Amino acid sequence: MIFALCGIALFTMGLLGVVILKNLLRKILAFNVMGSGIFLVLVGLAQRQDNPDAVPQAMVLTGIVVAVAATALALALIRKLHSLTGQIEFVDERDE
Amino acid sequence: MNEAVFTPLIGLLITPLIWATFAFILGPKRSPWIAISGLAIQSWFSFELARQVSLGVSQQHAVGSWGAPLGIDLAVDGLSAAMLVLTQIVAFIIAIYSRSYFKPNDAAAVWFWPLFGFLISGLNALFISADLFNIYVTLELVGLSAIGLVAAGGGKQQITAALRYLFATLIGSSAYLLGVALLYGSYGTVSISTLQPLITQDAPQLVLIACGLMIAGLLIKTALFPFHFWLPAAHGSAAAPISALLSALVVKASFYLVLRLYLGPLEPVASHFAWLLAILGCGAIFWGSWQAIRAAKLKRLIAYSTVAQLGYLFLSFPLLAELVALQAVTMQIFAHGLAKAGMFVAAGILIKATGEDTVAGLAGAVERLPITMFAMGLSGITLMGLPPSAGFLAKWLMIDAALTQGYWMIAFVVLAGGLLAAVYVFRILRQAFLLAPPHGEMNPVPRKLEWCAFTLSAASVILGLRGVELMHLVGVGL
Repeated sequence: MIFALCGIALFTMGLLGVVILKNLLRKILAFNVMGSGIFLVLVGLAQRQDNPDAVPQAMVLTGIVVAVAATALALALIRKLHSLTGQIEFVDERDE
Repeated sequence: MNEAVFTPLIGLLITPLIWATFAFILGPKRSPWIAISGLAIQSWFSFELARQVSLGVSQQHAVGSWGAPLGIDLAVDGLSAAMLVLTQIVAFIIAIYSRSYFKPNDAAAVWFWPLFGFLISGLNALFISADLFNIYVTLELVGLSAIGLVAAGGGKQQITAALRYLFATLIGSSAYLLGVALLYGSYGTVSISTLQPLITQDAPQLVLIACGLMIAGLLIKTALFPFHFWLPAAHGSAAAPISALLSALVVKASFYLVLRLYLGPLEPVASHFAWLLAILGCGAIFWGSWQAIRAAKLKRLIAYSTVAQLGYLFLSFPLLAELVALQAVTMQIFAHGLAKAGMFVAAGILIKATGEDTVAGLAGAVERLPITMFAMGLSGITLMGLPPSAGFLAKWLMIDAALTQGYWMIAFVVLAGGLLAAVYVFRILRQAFLLAPPHGEMNPVPRKLEWCAFTLSAASVILGLRGVELMHLVGVGL
């Protein structure tokens, strides 16, 4: 149970980070914190019995792959944005 | 186990993966034909699948012969068969359009074809999955390839829009995954059919939280008001065929999941949220229409119209006890999918011809591009809900369901939304009928593009005359 609660705490912190932080790199890190929180919930909740459950571990592996892919895509986009605008924050474009 | 190894269902999963990979290897010169032929085969598969489903042949497949609860189940019922048909048809026509739209040396074309294929395979997998975790994976496939498509052009605006979309979609899918994790913690399974009997009215509080998280996550991905902040930028700045794909199909995928969960395993818990969803839908109709009426850019206008039209889908949640409401929702998904694809595709032609993405720049378009403007008008008819279009049928069914269940407010909102849609559609048409400025030159546009737009828009109207099969199909397997 303590794993699950810790996971929820990480998720909430990560979520706040993704929403509030301005720097895009920090946003990505916050997203990864959020993801780790979920993985902790997945593994933690299933471990109430003494014998560990293999299914959520397989899910977490899949989830890590997805998170890596998303992070890579985000980093590539941020690099592109940096080369175009020289910034790694959203420029507030209220266009016209 | 004596299963047929190759069924239309498997074909729908594998074909797009194959052609997407080939498109990536062979480059933008040869990929259009691979994609178009792949999509032609897929369209046939989807019709065949829909035919079998409507005859009552059950369509299930256990991947690698590992059934639930350990393996991943694939299953198709009427609703998912209908979504598959819509996806293949819209994608097929957009592929034909894109072949002429992108010049071979266009930077966007290099990425467009492979990502298009992966997007379609993600969508098909999503409609076929019967496993909550597998659905998460397909959601991410759809989301990431959609973001790639938005960014394909490589402009500053597109990259910014893609990044905003990325963060919105990541929050959405993370919330969904946390919900799945909590459900797994409570019941020890993520298979939809196994969960169905387990979740009851007196489910623990944790399940309610899980359900709330999953639905909230999907709402962000569907861009329901007030979570629509990312949609206008993303759909408005991408290239026209990409906007069409995103508006017609991608947002529908996450809506389909809300609907699937609501009608399926989460029904006892999710019914607490029905009115909340309807109120948000109502907000979406008014806010989206208002922004569409004010928008200066043509594609922004159409994107905000998507926000408004998505509202109708959510408006029907309190009515879903009756089959009519589900038929109305499906009809609205088809009507909006076809009409909005037609509209974006037509907007792409107009932007190519006039060289600018503004409503004001449309003056004189009717004389030069009559077929495109006719397509725009037909799509407009569907969005406004005038007879005999599919939009009319959808709204008619929705009002019918609302009145028989005594919710006249919903009927009122549907009617008011139609009037607001008329305002923004006529903004486009009025401008197009104005006389062309004396020096205004329009670039020539291939005729094929115009006919693609026309086909999509005309289909959205004609479906209203011939919706019986679709309505029957949706009722199967519920």
